[in-house]
Amino acid sequence: MSSVWIILTGALIASSCAFLGCFLILRRMAMLGDAISHSILPGIVIAFLVSGSRDPLPMFIGAAVFGLLCTIIIQLLRNQGVQADAAMSVSFTALFAIGIILISLFTQQVDLDLDCVLYGEIAYVPYDTWTWNGIDMGPRAMWGAGAAFLLSLIMVRLFYKQFKLTSFDPALAMAVGVPVAFFHYLLMGLVSVTTVASFESVGAILVVAMLIVPAATAYLLTERLGVMLGLSVLIGMICSVCGYFLSVLLDASIAGCMTMVAGGLFALAFLFSPHQGVVTRWWIRKKLRTQF
Amino acid sequence: MLELFRDANALWVLAGTTLLGISSGVLGSFAFLRKRGLMGDVLAHSALPGICLAFLFTGSKNPLWLLIGATFTGLLASLFLSWITRFSKIKEDTALGLVLSTFFGVGIVLLTQIQHSDFGNQAGLDKFLFGQSASLVGTDVAIMGSISFVLILLASIFFKELKLLCFDANYGKSLGFPMVGLDFFLMLLLVVAVVIGLQAAGVVLMASLLITPASTARYWTERLDHMIIISACIGALSGLVGTILSSVATKLSTGPLIVLAVTLLFFISMLCAPKRGLIAKSLRLIQTRAKVRQEQIYVAWNQLGSKTITLSALSQQSHLSTTQVHRWIKQKKRTGQVVENSQGTFTLSDASWKEASDTALLGLYMEMWHMYEDIETDCSIQDIEQLSDLPESLRVQLQSYLQKHISEEDRAKAYHSTRRAGM
Repeated sequence: MSSVWIILTGALIASSCAFLGCFLILRRMAMLGDAISHSILPGIVIAFLVSGSRDPLPMFIGAAVFGLLCTIIIQLLRNQGVQADAAMSVSFTALFAIGIILISLFTQQVDLDLDCVLYGEIAYVPYDTWTWNGIDMGPRAMWGAGAAFLLSLIMVRLFYKQFKLTSFDPALAMAVGVPVAFFHYLLMGLVSVTTVASFESVGAILVVAMLIVPAATAYLLTERLGVMLGLSVLIGMICSVCGYFLSVLLDASIAGCMTMVAGGLFALAFLFSPHQGVVTRWWIRKKLRTQF
Repeated sequence: MLELFRDANALWVLAGTTLLGISSGVLGSFAFLRKRGLMGDVLAHSALPGICLAFLFTGSKNPLWLLIGATFTGLLASLFLSWITRFSKIKEDTALGLVLSTFFGVGIVLLTQIQHSDFGNQAGLDKFLFGQSASLVGTDVAIMGSISFVLILLASIFFKELKLLCFDANYGKSLGFPMVGLDFFLMLLLVVAVVIGLQAAGVVLMASLLITPASTARYWTERLDHMIIISACIGALSGLVGTILSSVATKLSTGPLIVLAVTLLFFISMLCAPKRGLIAKSLRLIQTRAKVRQEQIYVAWNQLGSKTITLSALSQQSHLSTTQVHRWIKQKKRTGQVVENSQGTFTLSDASWKEASDTALLGLYMEMWHMYEDIETDCSIQDIEQLSDLPESLRVQLQSYLQKHISEEDRAKAYHSTRRAGM
C-alpha cells in the first residue's frame, strides 16, 4: 500500500509542478523556480521558531511569504537596472544564507534537517498521515500537493486567456488592458505554494526539476499551449511511476530517480520529437536531399 | 579576534576564503558580462555527480580526484547546455534549470547508492557540497591557492581575447579568433573556479561569490580591467569579513556569512556608487528637473517680452501650474534674481534677463540645428549647454538660418492675413 501512496504523491507533485512550469518556461523565467525553492528556507525556519511546532500551516505560510518576497526583490532589482541573472542570484543566495544562519543560530530550538529540506524524502510520506474524523485519509503530503494542484488548475482555468496572453506577448497584454503585473504575481504565488507543498517530499532542488524538465519536454513535442499543459502533466505522472520502480531497482533516492527519468524523457524528446528532434530533423533533411 | 591570527588553522581558512574570493571575483566578471550569472549555480550543482563518480571509481576521498570528477561533470553540463540551446527551440534559462536539476538528480541517485552500499568511509561526501571552510587544512588551501593562482594567470594572459568574447563575439570571429574555443576555455576556467570553491564554500555560496562581486563592481566603473580588480577586491574583502565574523561568533558557519557580507556590499554599492548608484541617479534627476524648469520659465518670460509680469501670465505662458512657478520664484527671490513689486508683479534682474534671453535664443538656435542637419561643424550637439558654448562661426550660421526662417514665417503670416482680409 505504501508504494501506491508514494507513487500517487509523486505523481501529484510532479504534475502540479509541471503544469505551472509550462508558464515559467514560456515566460523565460525557468530559473525563478530555483530561486523560489532556495529562498523559502528562512520562511520555514521563522515559521518554525514562531509557532514552535512542525505544524504544516504556519510553515506553509512562512515559506509562501518568503517565496513571494524573493520574486518581489528580484523584480525590484530588475527595475533598478540590475541584469536579470544577477538580480536572481543575488536575492536567492542572500535569502538562503539568512536561512542557514537562522538554523545555526537556533540549533537547539530547530530540529529541521537541512538535508531533508534540500533533498527531501518521499519514502517517509506514507508514515505521516492525515486523519479526519477518525478516518485515515492517507498521506498528508499527498493532500497538500493535491490541494496545490487543484488551486493552480482553478486559477489557470479561470484566467486561461490572460495567462496565455501574458506568457506569449506581455506587451500586447498590457496594451489591451490585462493587468500584467497582477498575473505575474499570481503565477509567482502559485509557484511558491506549489514549491512549498512539494519540497518536503522531493526536496528544494528537485522541485526545480519537476517544474522545468517535464514542461520543457512537452514544449519540444507540441506547439499548442493546451496540449503542452496536458502533456507536461502526463509526463510528470510517468516520471513518478517509472521513477519509483527505477529507485526500487537501483536502491536509490526516489526523488533523484524521478528526476533521472524526467531527464531521460527530455533526452528522448530532444532527439526524436516529431518536428523538433535533432535526429528527426536530420532524417527529414536527408530524405529531402535524396528527393532533389 | 587577535587569537584568530595566532591560530595557524584559522589563518589557513582565512587565506583560503580570500583566495577563493579573488579568483571567483575575476572569473565572475567575465561570466557576468557574458550574462551567464546563473552559470555558477548550475556548475556548482552539476559537480555532485562528478564527486560521487570519482568516489565510486577511486574509493578515496582524496580532494584531487574529487576535483577532477567534479570538473568533468561540470564541463559535461556546460556542453549539454550549449547543445540544448543550439539544437532546439529551448531558451537559455530553461536549459540552465534543466541541466542543473537533472545533474543534481543523478548526483543524488549516486549519493544514495553509495550510502546504501558498503563503502564505509563515505560520510562527509555530501559535505563537499555544503562547504566546510572551518575544517580546511593546509594541503586543501595549498591546492586551492595554486589552482586559483593559475586561473588568475590564465585570465590575465588571455585578457584581450576574453574581453573581445564578452563585448563583441562576432567582431572577434571576423578577426579570426576561435570564438567557440574561447567560450569553452572561459567555461573551463569557470568550472575549475567553482569546483575548487565548493569544498570551502558550498553550492549556494559559489553561485553568489561568482556573480555578486562582479555585479557590485559594475556599479563603480565602466572599464573591464578596473571592474575585474574591484570585483576581486570585493570577493577577497567579503571572504575576509565572513571568515573573521564566523570565528568571532563560533556558532555561525563561514559560507552564509560570506554570502551576507558580499550581498551587503552589493546593496551599499547599489545605493552609493558615484555614477550608477540610486542616490546619485535620483540627485541627477532632481538637478535635471530643476534645470528644465528654469529653462521653461526663462523662455516663457522672454516670450512675454517684459521684465515685469504677473504670476498668472507667466504660468500660462510656461504651461506650468502657478504653484510650480511660485516655488521657482521664491527660490530666485532668495538669491535676488527676482524682485516682488507692490502690485503683485515680479521683476527679473538685469543679469537674469540676459540669461533668460540667452536661453530662449539658444533654444531657437538648437531648433535650427536640429532642422538643418547639414550644418558643418566640429562640435557635437550634445556638448552645448549654454549660448557661450556655441563657436562663433556656428552661431553666425544658425543666426542666418533663423533669420531666414523668421522672415519666411512672417511672410506666411502676412500672406494669410491678406487672404483673410481679401475674403
